[in-house]
Amino acid sequence: MNRWRDIPQRSDLLLQYLIDIQQRDSCISTESIQKLSTELAIPAAQIKSVIEFYSFLHTTPRGHFNILFSDNITDQMAGSRALMRQLCQQLNVRQGDPRADGRVTVDTTSCTGMCDQGPALLINNFPITRLDSKRIELIAQLIEQDTPLEQWPAEFFEINDNVHRADILLTHNTEDGDALRALLEEGAETLLQRIGDAELRGRGGAGFKTATKWRLCKQADAAQRIVVCNADEGEPGTFKDRVLLQSYAAQVIEGMTLCAGIIGASKGFIYLRGEYRYLLDSLEKELQRRRDAKLLGNNILDQQGFNFNIEIHLGAGAYICGEESALLESLAGHRGIPQKRPPFPVTRGYLGLPTVVNNVETLMTACQIASHGSDWFTDKGTRQSAGTKLLSISGDCQQPGIYEYPMGTSVSDILIDCGADGPQAVQIAGAAGQTLCHREFKRKIAIEDASTGGSFMVFNRHRDMLDMVQNFAHFFAHESCGFCTPCRVGSTLISNLVDKLYTSHATQNDLRDIERIALVMRHASHCGLGTTASNHILDTFNNFPDAYQRRLRSTEYTPAFDLDLAVCEARAITGRDDDDAHIVCPPQEGFKP
Amino acid sequence: MSNSRFVIDGKDIPFRPGQTIMDAAMAAGVYIPHLCHNPDYASTGNCRLCLVKLNGRYVSACTQPAIADSQVDNQIDEINQQRKTLLQMLFVEGNHQCPGCEKSGRCQLQAVAYYVGMLSPYFTHFYPRRELDASHPEMVLDFNRCILCGLCVRASHSADKKNIFAISGRGMDSRLVINSTSGKLGDSNFSAHDAAASVCPVGVFLPKHKGYEVPIGQRLYDREPIAQVGDVAHPNHQRDKK
Ligand SMILES: Cc1cc2nc3c(=O)[nH]c(=O)nc-3n(C[C@H](O)[C@H](O)[C@H](O)COP(=O)(O)O)c2cc1C
Ligand code: SF4
Ligand code: SF4
Repeated sequence: MNRWRDIPQRSDLLLQYLIDIQQRDSCISTESIQKLSTELAIPAAQIKSVIEFYSFLHTTPRGHFNILFSDNITDQMAGSRALMRQLCQQLNVRQGDPRADGRVTVDTTSCTGMCDQGPALLINNFPITRLDSKRIELIAQLIEQDTPLEQWPAEFFEINDNVHRADILLTHNTEDGDALRALLEEGAETLLQRIGDAELRGRGGAGFKTATKWRLCKQADAAQRIVVCNADEGEPGTFKDRVLLQSYAAQVIEGMTLCAGIIGASKGFIYLRGEYRYLLDSLEKELQRRRDAKLLGNNILDQQGFNFNIEIHLGAGAYICGEESALLESLAGHRGIPQKRPPFPVTRGYLGLPTVVNNVETLMTACQIASHGSDWFTDKGTRQSAGTKLLSISGDCQQPGIYEYPMGTSVSDILIDCGADGPQAVQIAGAAGQTLCHREFKRKIAIEDASTGGSFMVFNRHRDMLDMVQNFAHFFAHESCGFCTPCRVGSTLISNLVDKLYTSHATQNDLRDIERIALVMRHASHCGLGTTASNHILDTFNNFPDAYQRRLRSTEYTPAFDLDLAVCEARAITGRDDDDAHIVCPPQEGFKP
Repeated sequence: MSNSRFVIDGKDIPFRPGQTIMDAAMAAGVYIPHLCHNPDYASTGNCRLCLVKLNGRYVSACTQPAIADSQVDNQIDEINQQRKTLLQMLFVEGNHQCPGCEKSGRCQLQAVAYYVGMLSPYFTHFYPRRELDASHPEMVLDFNRCILCGLCVRASHSADKKNIFAISGRGMDSRLVINSTSGKLGDSNFSAHDAAASVCPVGVFLPKHKGYEVPIGQRLYDREPIAQVGDVAHPNHQRDKK
């Protein structure tokens, strides 16, 4: 438990302890669970229930090298699946099963946020990007030779910022401490007013007014308040927060400190997704540097009583933990289950304390507004959407990377800038967002039009949009937290029906079922994951009907029982996959590949 | 403030501040279908059957505070169709063999399904493999029917102060687990008199040494629909007596 060695044990650190054990032992053994159970007075079953919730935690060993291929649609379009097969072949392992000698496991994971430099993988939680066949060959050799990761070629682990368009946010640097000096000179009310005047809205997706959120938290009756930086960035196709945390961390942390000063919080957290663990050291160093410079810690800038300390908590492979109430549960060491609202986090958040949860970009922008003034921000953007927005652009374009645009920029302008070649669709705001087709490219990036947390994935006209649909359907079935009926069951039903369609076994009736389930998920789900998880289905139904129709069987109805599928277990047991081991249905006339 | 009111399907409902739509509707004798709600425990809103429209917006009645002068749609076709889909989901997720089930006729899932007109399963069954737990002298747990409503978890936590149950895993792998060294109920300090033993809306908790004491056909929901009789754990005739 290295990171937490020097502080007394706390039960809310359970998840953090588990992550450290996993990193050290490549699994969490029964003995480790028993030990934690005794030390923290948490029942063992409860500890196991936490382990079973997070994809990166395991009770059986994953092997000395644990490899996870990023499985976002952009990785797949760049050839990740073939590269994974190559690696599995070279290492002689089956996907998901540890090799008998305990050396290595190869598997997939949800988007790792390297879409502009994919295909990418994580090896023992460190990203390797720009994979190609040669790189895979080298990786296989290094693993067979048991070469420690520290001795692997450094260029494997290089992560680029790839900023291709910078506007006010990425060009106007603030001096360290400017925002905090402004706060101390002008007072909390003036600064809060300034952020309100700038009409800053949350950059994490929901677009809630930041000043309103801060004020509600400030007004909540409590002795202590909390500031949380949401660095979970799990939305497929989003990677701008990664770049901010890598190259603009000082301003993000100053934004948190500013918020703390305004609302009167003494404690803060950065919830960093497990996929970004490689940023942990540099972030810890930055925190230390700021403490040394009196920009963090006790008596900040020598102001008596201005105390603010930040802890970094890691996530462990759960997209739902980006949802703020699930994030707060995870921070408390629990399974990441979204909570009912009211109460909202601003009145009852982390351990019941009033809590502000803000996106990385929101906090950095607030820091800049504090020193540059509100006009600096409102000069850009539209009436309802002030300022600029960072976009993470990936997929079929010549220059994937980070682009900062004034709100109100049209999708078609962006497509030209990034060198999109013959685009047929843009998936905006990630898997949970909208699928825009050609007709909609004149729409504008803004809260009142095409709203986005920053993901912008381009699909050219040669792509089969059903590949995207299948990828997202699997993603949501994997990431649903399981709390509520429509999302837990609906996401799996949809995923199964899309697979049925993919193999050309589905009928018109299945499409009607998909739509019915999609609508119930949208209307009845408990949280934003479930209510948005079927957006891509309903959008592509409308915009790309051919992608579905051409896969249909001509019949109106096919039985749910699939003979070929029914013998799949027998095939696995006997190790056969030849033609004779399959029960082939006669080709249907409706299907034109 | 007690004169605050809102309207459900044209009927005027009084409420006190802090009450949810469900609380107020139950007090006024208006039935909103539900499975995971039980007035003795804090509501969580996971089954989603109490889906209603509040001024045109979908909300769950058990978690949504009532709002003065609002319009709530409850028994409208648009909503009942979606409730039916939710029930169709629950029926294929677990293994529900109603005709032979000891709880048939006293099961809320079955009763609500009848109520919204879901008479047969629809989607492809998942047929999950779930084991029975017969380790306890007084009670068998048949996880095949668990709908993950979390009521036993809540009851064991807040009423029994025992924390015997927890939900583990994620997504479709979510499952009910027992807090004991072996993971078996027999190794826990569970008793058949615990509150947790009698809150399950389906048929997971089956008392040993007795079965089919009341013949099928003469049970709670065999005679009258759930909208009149109320919940398994809180039948209306009990409430009326209180
Ligand atoms: C399923 C789901 C995932 C989310 N993931 C993130 C995330 O990774 N990062 C983020 O900032 N917000 C995420 N959000 C939004 C947060 O709940 C919350 O609105 C946001 O952190 C508030 O910050 P802001 O006001 O600065 O945008 C997610 C929401 C949902 C429903
Ligand atoms: S909508 Fe999905 S992710 Fe959200 S609470 Fe329900 S099951 Fe969990
Ligand atoms: S056992 Fe019954 S009460 Fe407990 S979670 Fe399952 S369905 Fe709910």
